[in-house]
Amino acid sequence: MSAGEMRRVTAINNGTVIDHIPAGTALAVLRMLGISDDRSSPISLVMNVPSSKHGRKDIIKVEDRELTQNELDRLALIAPKASVAIIRSYSVAEKREVTIGDELVNIASCTFSNCITINPREPQDHRLRVVNGDPIELRCRYCGRPQDMGELVDNLL
Amino acid sequence: MDDDLITMDDLTNDEIISLLDDAERLLPVAHGSEYLPLLQGKLLANMFFEPSTRTRMSFETAMKRLGGDVVNLGDVNSSSAVKGETLYDTMRMVDGYCDIAALRHPRQGAAQYAADACAIPIMNGGDGAGHHPTQTLLDLFTIRQAHGRLDGLTVALVGDLRYGRTVHSLSHALARFDCNLVFISPAQLAMPAEIVSDLTAEGANITETEDLYGAIPDADVIYMTRIQKERFPDEDEYAKVAGIYKLTAADLAGAKGEMIVMHPLPRVNEVSSDVDGTRHARYFEQAFNGVVARMALMCRLLDVDVPGGDS
Repeated sequence: MSAGEMRRVTAINNGTVIDHIPAGTALAVLRMLGISDDRSSPISLVMNVPSSKHGRKDIIKVEDRELTQNELDRLALIAPKASVAIIRSYSVAEKREVTIGDELVNIASCTFSNCITINPREPQDHRLRVVNGDPIELRCRYCGRPQDMGELVDNLL
Repeated sequence: MDDDLITMDDLTNDEIISLLDDAERLLPVAHGSEYLPLLQGKLLANMFFEPSTRTRMSFETAMKRLGGDVVNLGDVNSSSAVKGETLYDTMRMVDGYCDIAALRHPRQGAAQYAADACAIPIMNGGDGAGHHPTQTLLDLFTIRQAHGRLDGLTVALVGDLRYGRTVHSLSHALARFDCNLVFISPAQLAMPAEIVSDLTAEGANITETEDLYGAIPDADVIYMTRIQKERFPDEDEYAKVAGIYKLTAADLAGAKGEMIVMHPLPRVNEVSSDVDGTRHARYFEQAFNGVVARMALMCRLLDVDVPGGDS
């Protein structure tokens, strides 16, 4: 992050910084992480800032909260190239990878309108198999249909 | 093989061939000329949440010919499903009652979902527009019976390739046996792009066309399907394509002598009744073969060897 970008948002004492989020998707990332409604932690969000790597990017800073690896794995759906830093006492204490495993369990429901999982009362896990990591391609374990990544953001659980 | 049969991917080519060999040896049992109670004491649950004639009856016939018994879900409108019971709860109950279950359901993915809920083997008897692997087994049996092999044949799949789960499962299996696939349909009923993409990635040789009659001379198998009114979102869309392909005996004049016409049935008007008397018609034998194919499958899933095999 350049000094110019730093000026847009002040440094945080403790918490998590998610950098290199695709431009314009930070709000979706917050929703995906399930922290958009969390009022307990201050959240700073910068959108469409210049990036040498990606042209434009978004940045999120979540204060006083260290996101877990499980939470970060959800990021891979829309920000697979994001970099994550855990901040303690204004310093980077840890860098964490955004990874996507072989299967996403209960992160999003299948986007196919005739899938058996469309019935909200069916109790088994929502399972989306990762058939390709880059670009991400997912298929529902049950109906086998490829997932529309645009629609999937609306199906986050 | 897996403990369930949900898609043809649950079977290797060797397992398919082995099942067809078992089915072949079970022909006298299916005909009733030999009594072989291999599945005596076993109970099949026929869970049909959608209408079925052949699939349901052939599962039942197969189990009873092998000395086992069957319980049926019965009319879905008088089952707990109309009271809002989840598929999960229904199948957990069946898991306790029976030794094996056949499931047909209007929702895609229902068979895998049921398999995840149950310890007993689940056989997919059709899930929405998804898969119908037991139909594929009997189709492969019929093709091998007629041609003596599966490899390298030219198979034309005709009609509703979009919603037809039968052709989805069959095309995957045929591609694995290096068959040439000819997909014949109007554009709005074309094979789903993801299936064509998967098949192409597997190295399948695929031709897509709307012209049935031009494909007849080269075909070893013409697999006709019904345009399924019940899967169309509205009546107008159905009316545009209903009756688009009609095969008559006269159309077969230029066909290879050993070419066979198949149809999963029921037919509406895709295959004229005058085809029935030609050497090419195989759809009634095909329907009968559902019994032996399902016999072989149930024996395999219940770990019962069919006598006369290698194992």
